[in-house]
Amino acid sequence: MDLSLTEQEKMVQSVVREFAEKEVGPIAAEIDKTERFPTETLKKMQKLGLYGLPYPKEYGGAGGSDLSYYLAIEELSKKCATTSVILAAPASLCAWPIMKYGNEDQKEKYFRAIVEGKRVGGFALTEPGAGTDSAMQQTTATLEGDHYVINGSKCFITGAGQFEFFVVMAMTDKTQRTRGISAFIVEANTPGFSVGKIEDKLGIRASATGELIFEDMKVPKECLLGKEGEGFKIAMQTLDGGRIGIAAQALGIAEGAMEESVKYIQERVQFGKPIGSFQGIQWYIAEMETKINAARGLMYDVIYKKQKGIPFSKEASMAKLFSSEMAMWVTDKAIQLHGGYGFTKDYPVERMHRDAKITEIYEGTSEVQKMVIASHTIVPKNK
Amino acid sequence: MKLKVLVCIKQVPDTNNVKIDKETGTLIRKGIKSILNPEDKNALEEALRLKDEIGDVFITVLSMGPNQASVVVKEAIAMGADRGILLSDRNFAGSDTWATSAILSSAINKIKEEDGLDLIFCGRQAIDGDTAQVGPQIAQHLKLPVISYVEELKYSENKVLVKRAIEDGHYIVECPTPVLLTAVKQLNTPRYPNMKRIFETFGENPERPIETWTAEDISLAKENMGLNGSPTRVKKIFTPSRKFEGEFLQGNLKEVARQLIVRLKERQII
Repeated sequence: MDLSLTEQEKMVQSVVREFAEKEVGPIAAEIDKTERFPTETLKKMQKLGLYGLPYPKEYGGAGGSDLSYYLAIEELSKKCATTSVILAAPASLCAWPIMKYGNEDQKEKYFRAIVEGKRVGGFALTEPGAGTDSAMQQTTATLEGDHYVINGSKCFITGAGQFEFFVVMAMTDKTQRTRGISAFIVEANTPGFSVGKIEDKLGIRASATGELIFEDMKVPKECLLGKEGEGFKIAMQTLDGGRIGIAAQALGIAEGAMEESVKYIQERVQFGKPIGSFQGIQWYIAEMETKINAARGLMYDVIYKKQKGIPFSKEASMAKLFSSEMAMWVTDKAIQLHGGYGFTKDYPVERMHRDAKITEIYEGTSEVQKMVIASHTIVPKNK
Repeated sequence: MKLKVLVCIKQVPDTNNVKIDKETGTLIRKGIKSILNPEDKNALEEALRLKDEIGDVFITVLSMGPNQASVVVKEAIAMGADRGILLSDRNFAGSDTWATSAILSSAINKIKEEDGLDLIFCGRQAIDGDTAQVGPQIAQHLKLPVISYVEELKYSENKVLVKRAIEDGHYIVECPTPVLLTAVKQLNTPRYPNMKRIFETFGENPERPIETWTAEDISLAKENMGLNGSPTRVKKIFTPSRKFEGEFLQGNLKEVARQLIVRLKERQII
């Protein structure tokens, strides 16, 4: 596995690092505190070309590698995990299934719009009764002449009230369970579409997570993404790629907490010495650094497989599982190293710890990742 | 008519993190990241801003340095410049500001002859040498007017209106083009290189390649380049040592003033 960065990837990394330091970090505490969706940062990221980073040039993308995109997520997350969600939800969860399953019209209208940084879209799968068991979709779509009528609601949707369109999963045939789920591209200004409760969350507080409600919402037949019954497959494949993004996000959060910790222990003086000179503190740092590097290794492994076209579902789950739990552990220790100050909002590590928690939950909980990993590992013997 | 703009840029060590070798008095360059000189970025941004504003602007960036300096030329193209040229040759090595400006001017003359030039931008100074000499020297070689410390710029048909910073105020200067301008950081906020253009500019066989010119490509005699062409002789480099500690006079104002007069008299200053 050779994943030494190319000249282009190094440049992407260095530019996004500078962007995160100058544009993202300085407002991270404020948007966390006030739950303000940072529209200005979204626009800056669009101008920078981040939304089209891993996508083909023929649709206005940069034609970059998958790795370059995940590096961008990692760099943003070092300073502000919320901001990386605002990149990843449209760029990965919404754009990817349209690129993969959309027809030419859909690609031109929606995929290109995201890639060129003109519009942002989201992804709506989760429902109050369909979380981990995402096949239990209650939202229905009924074909009536030249349009579908969609009824139901979605919850915990990133970009609710902010993004302009969503890839929405709905049941077109209840008798078929997972094979009765279909995917639709729905404009947020469609009559019958409304935004419900916006959640007051522990972390990633500025990313506008909320409820979408569909009441007799009529969408043209052309809004069907892929074929009827392909929705569940589309959703699962989308999440496979998305999981690498969460691994990159968790890695970035941990690295951010690490940078803060290394700085703090060299400045903080107790017993007449910087606390970083005490072995007890150094051991924490050594363990944190080792776990961060292990997570990076798993992430690079899955990206390598994805770029080579090798199936990577299991590896994506492993990278996400390990990286998110590592980020919780590392940010917890970062607070510990900061002592009482780490418990206050004067230092960013408590925010990083709160932000890290979601990485163990969304795009499949740690438990779901274990189900995926186990199902790929425990292969039944041939009878 | 198309506005032709040239921007001179330099790759420098990121001196925010630089350390000085106490024995030799020189910069420790090992492990220090190289960057595009900050005020050169302001110079480039102003050219790009003009391009956004006017539209019909062609921007050439020019740099001199070893091969690895190609990174900053590519970065400039990723930010939006149209053409990038790196002057790189062993004969250029060891050039002081005079030889550097002679080489750059010779290249600029060639570009000018091919296509014409209306505006030349430089950064005020580079953060490694801090001389602020190269920009004005280029103007001297090319016999062009120079306006340094540009804080604000308006371009209209064949002339520029410039707000030029001085220590305790400003000059407002109007000048016909062609003219050379040196940019200070107050001029603008440079944009970031665009992701799409990064992939078009960096890597193997890029869509937007840069040009490398050697001593053969410019019409300047070899004796005017490099060490031979550099009249500057560095006699000694040293870190100034602090010769004595200051003395703090304490007490009320009258008492302090009285002590001060005593001290000054002691030293026969008054």
